[in-house]
Amino acid sequence: MKMLNVALPKGRLGEKVYAKFEASGYPCPSIKENNRKLIFENEEVGVRYFWVKPSDVAVYVERGAADVGVAGKDILLEYEPDIYELLDLDTGKCRMCVAAKKGYVDNPKRPLRVATKFTNIAKSYYSSIGRDIDIIHLNGSIEIAPILGLSDVIVDIVETGTTLKENDLEVIQEIVPLSARFIVNKTSYGFKKEQIDKLVNNLAKLMEEEK
Amino acid sequence: MDFDINVLTNTEKVIYALRSLYINNGYDLYKMSKFEEYDLYSNKKDFLVSDQVITFTDTNGKLMALKPDVTLSIVKNYKESDKLSKLCYDESVYRVAKGSNSFKEMLQNGVECIGDVKNENINEVLTLALKSLELVSDSSLLTVSSLDILVACMKKITDVRSEINELITLVSEKNVHGIKAKYPEGNEALLDLLKISASPSVALTMIEPIAKRVGAYEAFLNLKEAVAGLNDNVVIDFSVSADISYYNGIIFKGYVEGVPSAVLSGGQYDKLMKKMHKRATSIGFAVYLDLLDFMLEN
Repeated sequence: MKMLNVALPKGRLGEKVYAKFEASGYPCPSIKENNRKLIFENEEVGVRYFWVKPSDVAVYVERGAADVGVAGKDILLEYEPDIYELLDLDTGKCRMCVAAKKGYVDNPKRPLRVATKFTNIAKSYYSSIGRDIDIIHLNGSIEIAPILGLSDVIVDIVETGTTLKENDLEVIQEIVPLSARFIVNKTSYGFKKEQIDKLVNNLAKLMEEEK
Repeated sequence: MDFDINVLTNTEKVIYALRSLYINNGYDLYKMSKFEEYDLYSNKKDFLVSDQVITFTDTNGKLMALKPDVTLSIVKNYKESDKLSKLCYDESVYRVAKGSNSFKEMLQNGVECIGDVKNENINEVLTLALKSLELVSDSSLLTVSSLDILVACMKKITDVRSEINELITLVSEKNVHGIKAKYPEGNEALLDLLKISASPSVALTMIEPIAKRVGAYEAFLNLKEAVAGLNDNVVIDFSVSADISYYNGIIFKGYVEGVPSAVLSGGQYDKLMKKMHKRATSIGFAVYLDLLDFMLEN
């Protein structure tokens, strides 16, 4: 049996997702050992897991280092990797939103200044509504941008909304709901179809039972 | 002129092996200049894999481009004739590689068949595509789709062009949950079609009733003739998609084990011919040798 290489996002989401894989018949006990290893293998069930930075999962899968993986929809929309997206795992749910200072009123006479880590998502959203924007790419602490006058609005992931609230910001528009997706490399699907279909069916069945 | 074939790199050997395969199957070698007038690309950017082109001003003041694509040049120079024009090439194209911000020289081998293209010619081109893949790897797969059947299924959901384009993206991702969430009505035929990923002998029996349901029976018969006699290493899978402004009918992609993305891509491009005011039908494919480099030279 060929090994199935699975890229999982490091962190809380990855642990939740691994639990789903384990419950679907793909356990790998060594993954739970408390050490600094990054690659874990269970030859018996033909699976090899590795932890990678969440934003890199799509790269590992698109480039074939992993056959399958789990990535947030935000990453898929931002980087548009050429992969299959076979399942919505219905976990890690949040929203991509436009947020601004409370009481903000848009001035349509000038381009809107948008601060974000997700420039592709922001550009395609504002292009879809025909609004001219000045995009400001930031790598973190996006919420601070409208407070310091760096931008009019931000485009960012909103989970509970607590950070926004504590910084006197509010959601003014939801762009797209987000969650973790099961993704597959297109070449791997061709050559490991049976294994991948079996894993997808098991995961889908588990999710149905959990409902 | 004698020389030791071992002085060639594996990639060079593949270039000449492919050229020999195409010439022995009746295709004439087509050599072209590295440059083309920029005008050829300016209003067909969607056809290009990457829409950025290296341009420069020639000594006569004309804006020129380093070729980002071969097919457009061949179509531009096509002259109407009773005889089918069967051409093959191995040329460099200059594109921005995905995920990078810099231009790259990419080597392509390919064939173009232009004129009154019949199903038997399509079958011949698919056979050549399959042989090309077999020539570069022991483990290869040619995935074939019918854009006409796919679009007929999509038209049961929507007629709006932008929504059809969105559906094509979702289909290319096999994104069933995305289709169900965004287009909950009338999606049955499309979802049934997406479930199919099998050898022609299995897939065709599944496709026939769907094609009848959506009024695409003729497209089904064309697909059936196109893949006649092909079964091993061929999969019919509708996630193979292409821009419907240029392509129609049979489209296909080739994969080899160990290379993460499609190394061969092709299809019928009658709509491009029409856009370029050529009265002919056409089919062709290209093998992306730059993607094979890593595998071949290891």
